[in-house]
Formats: sequence, structure tokens, C-alpha cells
Amino acid sequence: MLTWIICLPLLAALLLTLVPRQNTSVIRTIAIGITAADMLLALGLFFAFDAAPALDGYKFVQRVPWIPSLGISYYVGVDGINLGLVVMGAIVAFAAACVSSEIKSHQKEFHILLLVMTGGILGAFASLDLFFFYCFHEFALVPTFIMIGLWGSGEKKNYATFQITIYLTIGALLALAGLILLYLQRPVGERTFDIVRMTRYFAENPIRAADQNLIFALLLFGFGILVSLFPFHTWAPLGYGVAPTATAMLHAGVLKKFGLYGLIRIALPMLPEGAKAWVPVLAWLCLGNILYCGWVAMRQKDLNLLIGNSSVAHVGFAFLGIASLDLIGVTGAVLVMVAHGFLAALSFGLSGYLFHATGTRDMTRLGGLLQQLPFIGTALVMALLAGCGVPGFANFVGELLVMFGAWKGSYSPHPHFYVAAVAWGGLVVAALYALRAIRHLLHGPTTEIAGEAQDATVWRRVPFVLLLASLICLGVFPRLLTDKIKASAEATLKFDSGKRPSPGLSVTAINPARK
Amino acid sequence: MNASLISLELATAGLGLLVLLADLWLPAENKRGLGYVAAAALALIFVWSLRFDASTAQFAFEQTYVLDSLALFFKRFFLLAAILVMLLSIEFADRIKAGIAEFYSLQIFALVGMMFAASANDFTVLFVSLELITVTFYVLVSFQRSRVRSLEAGVKYLILGALSSAVLVYGIALVFGTSGTMNFGELLAKAGELQKNTVFLLGLLLVIIGLAFKIAAFPMQIWAPDVYEGAPAPITAFLAVGSKAAGFALLLRLLFGALPHDVVAPWAKLLMVMAAVSILYGGLCAIPQRSVKRIIGYSSIGNAGFILLGVVAMNSAGYAAVLYFLMGYLFTILAAFAVIGLVTRQLDSDDISVFAGLNQRSPLLAATMTLAMVSLAGIPPLAGFFGKFLLLKSAIEAGPAYYWLLAVAIAGVAISIWYYFGIIKAIYWSPAPADTTPIAVPLLVKISAAVCIVGMLFLGIYPSPALNWAVEAVKVLK
Repeated sequence: MLTWIICLPLLAALLLTLVPRQNTSVIRTIAIGITAADMLLALGLFFAFDAAPALDGYKFVQRVPWIPSLGISYYVGVDGINLGLVVMGAIVAFAAACVSSEIKSHQKEFHILLLVMTGGILGAFASLDLFFFYCFHEFALVPTFIMIGLWGSGEKKNYATFQITIYLTIGALLALAGLILLYLQRPVGERTFDIVRMTRYFAENPIRAADQNLIFALLLFGFGILVSLFPFHTWAPLGYGVAPTATAMLHAGVLKKFGLYGLIRIALPMLPEGAKAWVPVLAWLCLGNILYCGWVAMRQKDLNLLIGNSSVAHVGFAFLGIASLDLIGVTGAVLVMVAHGFLAALSFGLSGYLFHATGTRDMTRLGGLLQQLPFIGTALVMALLAGCGVPGFANFVGELLVMFGAWKGSYSPHPHFYVAAVAWGGLVVAALYALRAIRHLLHGPTTEIAGEAQDATVWRRVPFVLLLASLICLGVFPRLLTDKIKASAEATLKFDSGKRPSPGLSVTAINPARK
Repeated sequence: MNASLISLELATAGLGLLVLLADLWLPAENKRGLGYVAAAALALIFVWSLRFDASTAQFAFEQTYVLDSLALFFKRFFLLAAILVMLLSIEFADRIKAGIAEFYSLQIFALVGMMFAASANDFTVLFVSLELITVTFYVLVSFQRSRVRSLEAGVKYLILGALSSAVLVYGIALVFGTSGTMNFGELLAKAGELQKNTVFLLGLLLVIIGLAFKIAAFPMQIWAPDVYEGAPAPITAFLAVGSKAAGFALLLRLLFGALPHDVVAPWAKLLMVMAAVSILYGGLCAIPQRSVKRIIGYSSIGNAGFILLGVVAMNSAGYAAVLYFLMGYLFTILAAFAVIGLVTRQLDSDDISVFAGLNQRSPLLAATMTLAMVSLAGIPPLAGFFGKFLLLKSAIEAGPAYYWLLAVAIAGVAISIWYYFGIIKAIYWSPAPADTTPIAVPLLVKISAAVCIVGMLFLGIYPSPALNWAVEAVKVLK
């Protein structure tokens, strides 16, 4: 089933190469239809998850030996940690396919790349083999560069494409170097790229601390660059600012989470000592994301740049959750990843809609949109409020858990108290720029440009409704995911939580009604 | 002595002579068809080579010639490359005013040189086979005598090639003078005592520099872009694939077959510098280029640097990676030149702008070129990715001393993505040219392109069998 989810978009991409380029409606139908089918499959996976039999803690496992001499096999499976990411990826991919009607030139190539990117993303999240994990990511990354370079808009397009290509390639290669080093830690003959077996092996035979520190650093900064960790974040707002809407949705929403997922899936369980040595650094850096990028977002006039910066700020929370080295923190980090995936896709989707309806993203030239575009305006208000952590949306739950985790941070000498305290400040910053954007865009007198805009038709509302519904659904019933994440995180990540008594907070506490 | 060991070479050389003789009797209009005969005969020899068994090394001619798994691997490699190049040459032949049969037969003689080079176990054979390759290429590069570019390229190649041959032979003389032997097997026994002998080391240095010319690596890389640009497209492809691979076959054989590990280990630093400079030089110089052939020329220097990663890693994973990468490189470069040859001919220019609108003029050519560039850039699931992955892996495996080189390689990959994608961008997104008449793709080019695409995808998606061949082939190296 997982293999189908991965291969369906890739097969559809192949199919599209055969469709004549004039038949844009056929191309659109195939792209939307396939991503919709993929989304339904992923949802089916989600609801079948609890009942499915588990193998080594993973479900829906499929494994085909690929290069036995190097220990590479095609190996996919999901547990609580990547289940949410796969489902989120499939939903966002469908939404991205829906909003791609804005593309007016070379539709065929665009949709092929979109489907390739989707297949690559889902493959990366579902892979339990390091080699395929990396390959699928690379496979999704390259279409991103091409799409930004060719369908992007704005004066800085070439510069932004150049920057994003260089940054992400170097990040991916640094991570690759780290992954290969990790692979080489096992004696010759036993080497394997199998994540499950590697995790088990390294839990029993820990790597030397010095090596752990080196590999963790490579993974932290390699993956960190991919996830726009401060101070390597400058490619992100600019890249998203010029990217076509669907690309920004898929990259900021889904593909970017690959780095965070890599840290949780690979770095934390296999390199516990390295993690302890490096998290203080990570904790301070992620404050750079939360505070500095939030501060930068406050000063933006361009809506896409604002969303781009705020998206960089939000991943800071996911980093903070990882830096807490705590079960609740990591659970929160995964939830933030999923929630932010929906949120980033929603925000970029809405921003793209506004750009095409009004021809500008300059917030000073827009105003009073709520009167003119009641649906889009309302959705935008909800997206911006979700971004500043209003309860009822999934982001609130995730960020709250991360805060608890960071506060609890079960080891020293982690500056957990200060970090957690300062991170609360990040929420205030988020509220400032979100409310400011709402005032500029949605309230006040309707400007001339805004006056000519048309609200979304029923069909164009579908992706936005879907993303909002997902956000609210997880915001109201976070246990849909948190229970699964927590169980899997507990099984793979062995935190020495015994040192400090837990203050009685548990994941279920945030949902007392169901207790 | 067992002369039957060189039967593959004998058959190939005989074929070359036959083609040359046929020129005397065949009417002019049938000469082009001679290429089909040659390609078919090479294919037969290739199939015959599959029946050879080289699991134990066999020697001939007083140990100067060896047939082992590594030699056989490279012989098959060269035969395959020559068949594909021959197909492209037939397509190219109508642009040659006179001497079509020579055009074919010289390629076959170059192939003989490469096949002997794969088996060289003695400095004499090494030098003679290299000269056979180089001298035939002097003629082939300047074969379009009416084009100034082609002549210019031939002269440049001649001068620099002669220089490098001089360096090489001087080095051989010094090694012979100090060790008293030309034979690799005897050298292996004697070199241990000579590792402090400055004259011997100078000789080795000169030999390595001479070989660097063949593989187009720093410090003998300067000729590549000019010669690639001026030579006929099939010859450039043969130069990029065959000549480079022959250089690497000899380098591997010399460093890890003819010298003990203690003697070779101190050379790692030098080879690392060669690799690093080649990667950066190739990458940075390719960026501002407008001529597609020059871009491939610089990329060939960069790729020589990448392949050197596997050599300098000095472990068997590295040697296998070299062989694997070369296999992928064969299909990739030939695919690229199948397209470049056809497109640049139609528009009589090799500026990157000739690719504008190629996807409308010929979707097959556009797809082939795109796949080739994506593979060169090292993107999964194509051959180039897995090759680069193996090379990087072997360098990491070699230890912390290699980390700086790795950083350079990573930078090199990032740079190369930029210019390879420049070509893809030119194909699909340049402003449409005025002339969008479809390009007629001859059947031969279709066949070669299809073979290359299948090869790139097969090596990238299912690397296991090819990797096993490579691992088996390098078992003879230390």
C-alpha cells in the first residue's frame, strides 16, 4: 500500500509525458485525480494504522533487497512518527495540484515535476532505508529548483534560485557525508543502510563519542540547512517569495520537514551522545529562528516574504522540541511539523491566490479584502491566527508540547529555562506580525486594486477548506496523532528521563475531555 | 607464452586493416556503409569477449602482457564504447569529404591501443599502447581538414600530447634507470627498497603527470576544452570516454598493481591535490562557457577529479567506484554527444542557444540530453548519482585525512548542478527560436540514444549486477 502511495504520482508523471501538451485539461485532470487518489490511499493508511500488524514497530512494511553487497534494500514502512508526515504530504500534494491552475505556460512540464516531487517526498518519508531515504529526497529536491527557476516570479528570481540551489545541495551533501560515515561505523560485512537494524545495532554498540560528535554535527548542519536553521535560513524566505505557489506549498510544507524528520529518525536514536553534546548549540540557534526571523517577518511588506519568514520562525519550534531531548518535546516537534505543513501550504496557497487575483503581494497596496473576498479573507485570518498559536488549531497543541518539553529538558547543562522563557517571547512576536498583516490586508478601506478582485469559486475553495479542516481537526483531536507519535518515539528514542521527576505532565493532559 | 591471449586485440587490429583495404576496392558511394560492417564486427568481438575467462591472471610475452579480470573488464568497456561511437560515426560520415574508411579504421586502431593498455604489465606496453591511442587521435581530432577549428584542435592536441609523452617517457627512463626493470611484476618486488630514492620518485611523478594528460586532470588538463570543441562529435565522445578510461586503467594498474602499498601511500596527498584542483577548475571554468562542447570539456576535467577520488581513496571500494562511474560515464557522454553531434550540425554552431526549443523540434533528443545532464549532475535515479555516491563513500571510508577533499567534492557537485541545469534550461525555456522545424533523427542515432538511456537507467536503478562486475574486476589490485 505504501509503495502504491509512492509510485502512483511517479507513474502518473510518466503517463503525463505521453499526453500532448495542448491537452491541458487532460493534464490537469490526471494530476488532480492522481493526487486525490493518493490522498485517499494515505488517509486509508492512517485509519487502518491502529489495527495493522507491526513488524519491528513498523507497519505496512515492504522490503525488496536492492544491492545486497552494500546492504541497500527498498524498505518502506510507517510508525507513529512518519505516519502523520506521509498523510500530511499527500493532502498538501493534492492541494498543490489544485492551485496549479495558476500556471499558464508549460503546464505539462510543471505537472510532471509536481508529481515527481510528490512521489519523492512521500518516498523519503516512508523509507526505512537510508539510501532510499536520501535518494527520494534528492529526487524531490531537483524539481523544486527547476520549478522555482522557471515558473518563479519577481525581480530576484535568478538570485533566489541560485541561492536555494546552492544552499540545499550543500546541505543535502553534508547530510549525505554524515549518513555515509554512520554507515561505515559498522564493521565490514555487517554494513547495512537499514534504518531499523542500524538503530538497534547502535543502541547495543554505541559509537565512540568523538565520532558521534562529528557525525551529529554533519547531520545537524546538513539537515539544518535543509530546514533553514538560523543562520543558514536566508535562502528560504527569498526562495518562497519567488516560487510558484504549488512549489512553495510542497517545499515549505512538506519537503522541508525531511531534515527534521532525519534528525528525529536517525540522529537522535543512533547518536545519543552526539545529541547531548550538540543540543545546547541547537537550542540557541533555534531561538534565532523563532525570535530573529519572527522579528524580520514583522518588517515585511510583501505577503510572501512575511509568510516565508514566519515559516522559518515556526520550524524553530520543531528544532526546540528536538533540542529538548524529551519525549513530550519530540512528540510536540513531530506535531509541529505536521501542523506547520498544513499551515505553510494554506498560507502560501492563499497568498498565491491573492497575487493572482490582485496582481500584487505588497501589503501596503492592499486593504479591506475581507469585504471583497469573504472566503479567502476568512481563511487568511484563520491561517494567520493559527500561525500565532491560537488554540483550536494544531499548531497550538504542537507548540505547547514543545514548550513543556523544553521546560522539562531532562538533562543538564542545557539552558532550558532561558530558552523556554525566550521562546514564549516568540509567540508574542508571531502575534504582532500576524495581527499587523490582518489589519493591513483585511481591514480598513478597500483599495482600488483590491476592489477588482474576485472571491474563490467553489472549486477553488476545495484545497483551502481541506487544509483548514486538517488543521482544526488535529487542533481539536490531537490524540489522533499524539498517541501514535508518543508510542513510537518512546520505542525508538531512549531518553534517560529517570534523572528528573516529571511534573506530571503527559501528552494526554492537554486533552482532558477525553481522559 | 600464450599468443591466444591477445586474440581479441588481433581480431580488432585485423578488422582495422580490412576496413583500410576495403577502401581500395569499394566504390565511393558504398564506403559509408563500411561502418555498419565495422560496428557489426566489433559487436561480434564484444560477444566473443564475453566468453573469455580471466578469473586467474594469465601472462604473455615475457610477462609484459596480462589478461586478468581488470583487463577484461576494460576491454569490454572499450569495445562497447567503440561500437556506439562507430554508430555515431556512420551518421557523421557524410560530413567528411574524403577518407571515410580511414576515419573508421583509425578509430579501430585507437581501440586496439586501448585494449592493449588495459593489459599493460610493462612500461613498454604502457607507452606503446598510449602512443597508439594518442597518435590515432591526433589524426582523428583534425579529420575535418576544411574546418579551421578542427585543425586548431588537432595541433593543440598534438603539441600538448607530444609534451606529455615526453614527460611520460622521461619518467619511465628514470624509473628504469633506478630500478633496472620495465616490468610491473618485477617493479613490485624492487620498489620497496627504492622508496627513499629521489630519482625513482621523480620518475614516478613524471609518469603520473604523463597519465594525467590522458585523463584530463590537473596539471595536464588545459587541452580538453579546446580539443573537445574542435574535434568531430563522435571523436570527442570517444576521447572523453575511451581515452580517459584507458588513462584510468593504466593509473590503477601502475599504482596498485605495480607498486607496493608503502610506496604508493605517500602519493595520496599529491593525488588529492590533483583531484581537488581538477574538480574546482572544471566546475568554475564551465560556468561562463557558451559552447556546449566546451562545457562538456570542462565537465570532463571535473569528472576526472571526481574519479580520482576513487583512486586516491586507495581501497578496493574506491577502485570499484572508479569502474562503476566510468560505466555510467560511457552511456552518459555518448548520449550527450549523440544529441550534440546532430543538433550542432543542423544549425552549424555549438553555442548553447542552438538547444532552444529542442523539445519541440525533437522530443527524443531533448529527453536524451536532459537525462544525460541529470545523470552527469548526479541526480537519482540515474547512473551518475550512484557512481558519485560510491566515489564519495570510498573517500569517506579512507579516513579523516580525506575530509577536506570531500568538502571540495561537495562544493564541486553544487557548482556542476548549476551548469548542467543551464543546458536543460536552454532546451526547454529559452525564447523559442524562429525555426522550429522538426529535426530528422536518423535510426542510428535513435538506436544509440536508446542504448544509452537504457544503460543510464539500468545502472542507476538496478546497480547491483554492474557493481558486482566492478568489484570482481578490481580484485587483482591491492
